[in-house]
Amino acid sequence: MGKLGEAGLAATAGPARTLGMEGECRASQARSWGLPAGGAGGDSPGGDAPLPGSISSSSLLQAEVLDLDEDEDDLEVFSKDASLMDMNSFSPLMPTSPLSMINQVKFEDEPDLKDLFITVDEPESHVTTIETFITYRIITKTSRGEFDSSEFEVRRRYQDFLWLKEKLEEAHPTLIIPPLPEKFIVKGMVERFNDDFIETRRKALHKFLNRIADHPTLTFNEDFKIFLTAQASEFSSHKKQGPGLLSRMGQSVRAVALSMRGVKSRPEEFMEMNNFIEIFSQKINLIDKISQRIYKEEREYLDEMKEYGPIHILWSASEEDLADTLKSVASCIDKCCKATEKRMSGFSEALLPVVHEYALYSEMLMAVMKRRDQIQAELDSKVEALTSKKADTDLLTEEIGKLEDKVECANNALKADWERWKQNMQNDIKSAFTNMAEENILYYEQFSIRSP
Amino acid sequence: MEQAAPDPERLWQPAPLEPLSHPDAGLESMVGEETKGARDEGPGDGTMTENNFSLKKIEISVSEAEKRTGRNAMNMQETYTAYLIETRSVEHNDGQSVLTDSLWRRYSEFELLRNYLLVYYPHIVVPPLPEKRAEFVWHKLSADNMDPDFVERRRIGLENFLLRVASHPILCRDKIFYLFLTQEGNWKETVNETGFQLKADSRLKALNATFRVKNPDKRFIELKHYSDELQSVISHLLRVRARVADRLYGVYKVHGNYGRVFSEWSAIEKEMGDGLQSAGHHMDVYASSIDDILEDEEHYADQLKEYLFYAEALRAVCRKHELMQYDLEMAAQDLASKKQQCEELATGTVRTFSLKGMTTKLFGQETPEQREARIKMLEEQIKEGEQQLKSKNLEGREFVRNAWADIERFKEQKNHDLKEALISYAVMQISMCKKGIQVWTNAKECFSKM
Repeated sequence: MGKLGEAGLAATAGPARTLGMEGECRASQARSWGLPAGGAGGDSPGGDAPLPGSISSSSLLQAEVLDLDEDEDDLEVFSKDASLMDMNSFSPLMPTSPLSMINQVKFEDEPDLKDLFITVDEPESHVTTIETFITYRIITKTSRGEFDSSEFEVRRRYQDFLWLKEKLEEAHPTLIIPPLPEKFIVKGMVERFNDDFIETRRKALHKFLNRIADHPTLTFNEDFKIFLTAQASEFSSHKKQGPGLLSRMGQSVRAVALSMRGVKSRPEEFMEMNNFIEIFSQKINLIDKISQRIYKEEREYLDEMKEYGPIHILWSASEEDLADTLKSVASCIDKCCKATEKRMSGFSEALLPVVHEYALYSEMLMAVMKRRDQIQAELDSKVEALTSKKADTDLLTEEIGKLEDKVECANNALKADWERWKQNMQNDIKSAFTNMAEENILYYEQFSIRSP
Repeated sequence: MEQAAPDPERLWQPAPLEPLSHPDAGLESMVGEETKGARDEGPGDGTMTENNFSLKKIEISVSEAEKRTGRNAMNMQETYTAYLIETRSVEHNDGQSVLTDSLWRRYSEFELLRNYLLVYYPHIVVPPLPEKRAEFVWHKLSADNMDPDFVERRRIGLENFLLRVASHPILCRDKIFYLFLTQEGNWKETVNETGFQLKADSRLKALNATFRVKNPDKRFIELKHYSDELQSVISHLLRVRARVADRLYGVYKVHGNYGRVFSEWSAIEKEMGDGLQSAGHHMDVYASSIDDILEDEEHYADQLKEYLFYAEALRAVCRKHELMQYDLEMAAQDLASKKQQCEELATGTVRTFSLKGMTTKLFGQETPEQREARIKMLEEQIKEGEQQLKSKNLEGREFVRNAWADIERFKEQKNHDLKEALISYAVMQISMCKKGIQVWTNAKECFSKM
């Protein structure tokens, strides 16, 4: 992980990191990430084409140890540069001019420039008089200036993650926020806190935070920072701030009413996007189900095979001439079992979580689409109001002006993030399935080598 | 036991046993044609000289199966399957085969043949028939007797049965067997006329003997245990194998769903589209490959099943031994008691209870003349009894010797066949893996191009 050093950041000191700021407000110069020139870290193949969110980002996320080379001067330089820009996300109410926004917004992940490393581990059960719940330990290591320290350790529970997600959605309604693992267990399990369930959830939460960290905009969100760093009391008091329950409820009612209108005036490119999302969602959910089913069938196959082998041993006890042949068949079956177990574990680590995450992502995408439509609808309703009532034209015009900005911001943000998301998706899916194919090849090779 | 079959028209020389790894290929039986007059049928008496024979090969095959309808014994309509049996004789020199006989038989006639063989050759481990009803099925396999796959496997099994009988040194000479292959009409009547059903030992008698016999040959006891173990282990194996097949089928087939969904998904993707589409195709190939794989495995299962049923044939021989031994013991016991009676009458002492003794006490002593008469009768009975005992003893020993010879032959056959079956099973697995490697390598390539 010393890539940061190798990446020759000095060479890329010029381009600053992309700081996509939108939401409903300030837009600033969004520039694409400079490609690490020449001396790109060993991992990025062939320096020409950008490899945004390349496979390495997923593998990065899953790497247990993410050591930060703190004595890299390059890093210092880099963070200082970054700190010069105002990177904090901000309250949704400040207006912004669309003119400063460049249409060409590209979000690319640069693993070489990663300076925020998060791990989620050590689930612990807490029992109180009211409830039992699990907390997870979150360790953050960073070199960023705006963090008070370079290392943080906090404990959070699922509810806290939910809070974070909601805040991010509020702040950036048309960015694709990564999905959280399900709140409840879907089916089959009896205990809520079954070990497998906890482990799966832990991995998903780890993924969730790292996806945010890798996102060029979300990574600088203030709530995110607080989530990662605040100790228990500070954190709970922070959570209590923000729009109250009633106002949030009011917002959502309005939102539902508006979303219907937004659909009608959707620009072409978003129609296409919506179409994609609908079909993708269908297909990825099917693939999720299919993959789970394959795992289940393999598990049952393994169970039967485990009984199959020993019968041959039993038989060999009553035979003389056949004993050796029978015993070697039994040992082959046994090795087959082991190979199957390995195949299954590879499957459940590489493919299942990825496919499932994207199934959950598809819900996020639909929500993003809705929110975009809502923003558009707000604008449309005001425009309608303008054309029908002639009163208060000035006020309306001003409002419309703001809303137009807002819509444009939202649309551009979405577009940019969409491209980034799609690229990530493509890479993730490709590597997940390639991995699965590889596992299967290994499995069959294993088995065939051993046969008499 | 004496072969009760009347002299066959042709005497067939025992054939060298051949492995039945390809039941489809007609097995060849060496047939020796006897020169007239030089017949010798004593069991175990192998004095047939080869000079007397001009060797002819015959091939037997069960080549077709046909559905038929007819009326059964109760005059009700029924559907059954008939099998075509073709016999060819092969001229040793030029290798060409000439069809000598062909006729149709149904399963029940095979059963009749086998039951007949069981009665007349109780010292032989008679080859079993393929199963009457489909057992050890996994979900996709049909349990229906009319199902074409079942019929096909039965056809092979019946052919195998005939070849086993034809290559058995003793069974192949049986006339009823010969007629089974050559005389279509009237064969059933001919079999029934031998009266074999009457000669069959009753099940009850056999059961009784099994419990009461005191001194059976130890080897037969061991053999019975072995056959019980063999039966139990093979059934267990077949059951689990069927479940494994079921699960494997599931794994492969679910992958087929990927094919469909990938293809639909590819429609909305630009860069990933081609990769997805072609990967999907490979998933379909993978899913459909399991059908052939499992069909081959069924063949392996059938080979195991044959030996499952052979276990029963082994037990039948053991039962016969027990019966004969029990019979012997009873005869000996009977003789001993008669001797004792005689002795008592002669010496006038009554040591054991007898009805005669009782009635004498009640109704008065019998006259010396009467006593003499009885002694004489007993002495005659004793003489008869001794002779019978002697011949039973001889028969018993003869039986044990012959049975054991066949059992040794069977053991060798079993070891050879099962070893081959297990090896071919392993080969099947290897080939399945090779296919797997190929499909997934192709799929991987497609995925990596996405």
